[in-house]
Amino acid sequence: MRLAAPVKPSPAKTEQIILFRVSGQLFAVSSASVQEVRSADSMSGAAIEINAPGLRKVRHVVRRGDRSLFIVNGAMHFGLHAVEGALLFVLRKTRTALLIDGIEKMATMTRLQALPLSFCHEERQWYRGLTALDQSVVPVVHPEGFLSPEELALLDAALLEADNSAAAGLEETESAQ
Amino acid sequence: MTVSAELELRSFVLLRLGERRFAVSANQIAELVAPSRIFRFPHRTPKLEGVILRRGRIVPVCDVSEILLGKRLTSRRFYLIAMRNYATQREWIAIPVTGECELINTDMMAAAESDAPHVAGWLSHDGDVIEVLNLDTLTPGPEQALAEATAAQRAEALP
Repeated sequence: MRLAAPVKPSPAKTEQIILFRVSGQLFAVSSASVQEVRSADSMSGAAIEINAPGLRKVRHVVRRGDRSLFIVNGAMHFGLHAVEGALLFVLRKTRTALLIDGIEKMATMTRLQALPLSFCHEERQWYRGLTALDQSVVPVVHPEGFLSPEELALLDAALLEADNSAAAGLEETESAQ
Repeated sequence: MTVSAELELRSFVLLRLGERRFAVSANQIAELVAPSRIFRFPHRTPKLEGVILRRGRIVPVCDVSEILLGKRLTSRRFYLIAMRNYATQREWIAIPVTGECELINTDMMAAAESDAPHVAGWLSHDGDVIEVLNLDTLTPGPEQALAEATAAQRAEALP
């Protein structure tokens, strides 16, 4: 009789995550979703003010070639006590630069649990799920969840309006000269 | 009591919230546990306090005291871990209770149409008439969110 070869346990799928704080609250994001980490000061020179009605969480936009990155205040997005963010996460494959307090640490996530179905409002767009780390539970954010298509349309319209008024202002100055 | 009458009896867990007692069908209850640390994070679902870690699972804590008593109870003695049915899934939820729980066998009187949606039925025990709770309508879930959104849309459409 031949015994079946022992099955090698397959290594558990892991994911590198960055733990960060927004208004004191801990969140996680997949490190693969973060394209750049910048200090908020380094971006302030290039940022243009923008005002989309009803969208207080975005106050600035940064132009990068033909691409616009909207700076989302993390505290306002999550409805937390607003604090001055110190760092920006430029999120890959999105038009979002997320303003956060700071990075806590890097960690390895071994299991992502789906958000329980009892959570049934906007948080379902905000989070990919929850993970247990060091006897604590941390929500793992969805990089695309910071700006909905409707919000992006609002921001694009506000940006166009800002561009038009800037162009009109420039024309006026030129004709005055 | 005859054998046939005995067969009709069902098991219920009696739970205490403040001064009142409520019942939940025992087959929905997984366990009764001492309060543990609640992990809170931002969300927009009312009645959800956060989550607890239980046997490696993340279990949402649903406070039902405000709906049932009209006021929020901050003291809690146990969490009743119960199974909540969603459209195609079942998940655990933790319900904070303020006193001891008791397992009883009794028969249930069906709820009337005029009863609140969270009332699955009524039972009589120790001279009290006790509401049997329907956790699927009492605690938040996608169907409640949909109903809330529809109601909000209707309210907006009104002149």
